Amino acid sequence: MYSEKVMDHFTNPRNMGELENPSGVGTVGNAKCGDIMRIYLDIDDNHVIRDCKFKTFGCGAAVATSSMATELVKGKTIKEALTVTNKAVMEALDGLPPVKVHCSLLAEEAIHAALWDYAKKNGIVIEGLKEPKQDIGEEEHEEEEY
Amino acid sequence: MDKFIYLDNAATTRTAPEVVNAMLPFFSENYGNASSIYRLGTESKRAIMQSREIIAGSLNADPAEIYFTAGGTEADNWALVAAAECCEGRGGHIITSKIEHHAVLHTCQYLEKRGFEVSYIDVDENGILKPEDLKKAIRKDTILISVMYANNEIGSIQPIKEIGELARENGILFHTDAVQAYGHLAIDVKDLNIDLLSASGHKLNGPKGVGFLYIRKGIKIRSFLHGGAQERRRRAGTENVPGIVGLGAAAKLAFSQLEERRKKVQKLRDYLIERIEKEIPYCRLNGDRERRLPNNINFSFRFIEGESLLIMLDMKGICASSGSACTSGSLDPSHVLLAIGLPHEIAHGSLRLTLSEENTIEEMDETVAAIKEAVGKLRQMSPLYEDFIKKQN
Repeated sequence: MYSEKVMDHFTNPRNMGELENPSGVGTVGNAKCGDIMRIYLDIDDNHVIRDCKFKTFGCGAAVATSSMATELVKGKTIKEALTVTNKAVMEALDGLPPVKVHCSLLAEEAIHAALWDYAKKNGIVIEGLKEPKQDIGEEEHEEEEY
Repeated sequence: MDKFIYLDNAATTRTAPEVVNAMLPFFSENYGNASSIYRLGTESKRAIMQSREIIAGSLNADPAEIYFTAGGTEADNWALVAAAECCEGRGGHIITSKIEHHAVLHTCQYLEKRGFEVSYIDVDENGILKPEDLKKAIRKDTILISVMYANNEIGSIQPIKEIGELARENGILFHTDAVQAYGHLAIDVKDLNIDLLSASGHKLNGPKGVGFLYIRKGIKIRSFLHGGAQERRRRAGTENVPGIVGLGAAAKLAFSQLEERRKKVQKLRDYLIERIEKEIPYCRLNGDRERRLPNNINFSFRFIEGESLLIMLDMKGICASSGSACTSGSLDPSHVLLAIGLPHEIAHGSLRLTLSEENTIEEMDETVAAIKEAVGKLRQMSPLYEDFIKKQN
């Protein structure tokens, strides 16, 4: 059900771990839905993301999307990092099964949450960045028909 | 396929070679319709009769009380819908448990839409229904009690005898979904006061797509599929002769070595449980330790999610299952794990291993090693584990 790329990022996750004294940290999702992602960013004085790490509690797709998202934002400026959307993450992974699309949304949200934390700590405004939602995924509940 | 370790026998079992051999002639040579009067047809009829006798014998029932279906789900649907409709005039209250299979739960929800009232009884933290709770739920208009024999996820065996007695005393029909128990535990429908019992072929090394409903003699229950006069006019449709023959062969095999198999599988089960509990921290055995299917193991591992664990085990050639949301196609983890009181995040980290007598001690050792490694890796990745460790320091 998963693409080779997803399986690759799940089995060999890139940038998994923590950063000491990160410039920004964002945690999104909730354990109730079974997905939590945490992104650590190390951002230099020119607003370039020098390093990025993640930790994820979740399914194979959740791990793979976090791994890919860290790859995509590394080396980018904070402004460029905002263009890393869930769609970009999904495309980079050669697609996700429909029920797993919310994992890619979570990855985008985790990056935004970490950027938000960085902006807040440094008293800056990142244009186009909104305050992260706390509970992404809750609205995904579908009514079952019997 | 490469070598693999199959630990998902509650999902389905390997069709036994004896069963396949028994079935084969009914595809190729003896393909007659059991309703036909020439010999090719009567051969099929005889074969069906033989299976019916084997199954009846295994339950202490009469052959005329066994009705073949296309599986456990059809048997559950038939039992519930037809029993409810037959009693419609008398009232409309049904009692079931919160941990039933969806074949029962979703049928109950369908009946609720049709105007029946359903009480879903809680189970205790080990997944066992308390007869006194059931007793309290009985009303004057209760027409049916449906409680599974043993749970498919956590293996908990229900107090069927007590439930049967309560149903009988109160003149209420008693149905049990015995899909996980039939062929694994000894069941006597008379002793247990069971009125209706569902079972499925492929859970006991029989073929898929065939099962049966036991209907106690004298119970008026309408047909579910309308058409021809097959199965004493109660279940229309040309009989699945190879399937029925396979089910009979599987039942014969299962009951001829029931005790032997139970002992062997239970030993493997207890060995695996003991090693996991000893060697992997922050885990929890779900289900009852004693009143448990001989082949069922269900653990929750804190701080990790079940689907990731399944993928990692799959890469080591181990077939298992989980009650996590990601494996159910919804965002909620298994209703059974929630019903025994597990918080969502712990229910998401569940792993079910269901053994067969074909498994070996070496396979159990390999499995423990694989789980240990996978759980360790996933915990290193988990922000929940990170927070937990930081809080401890």
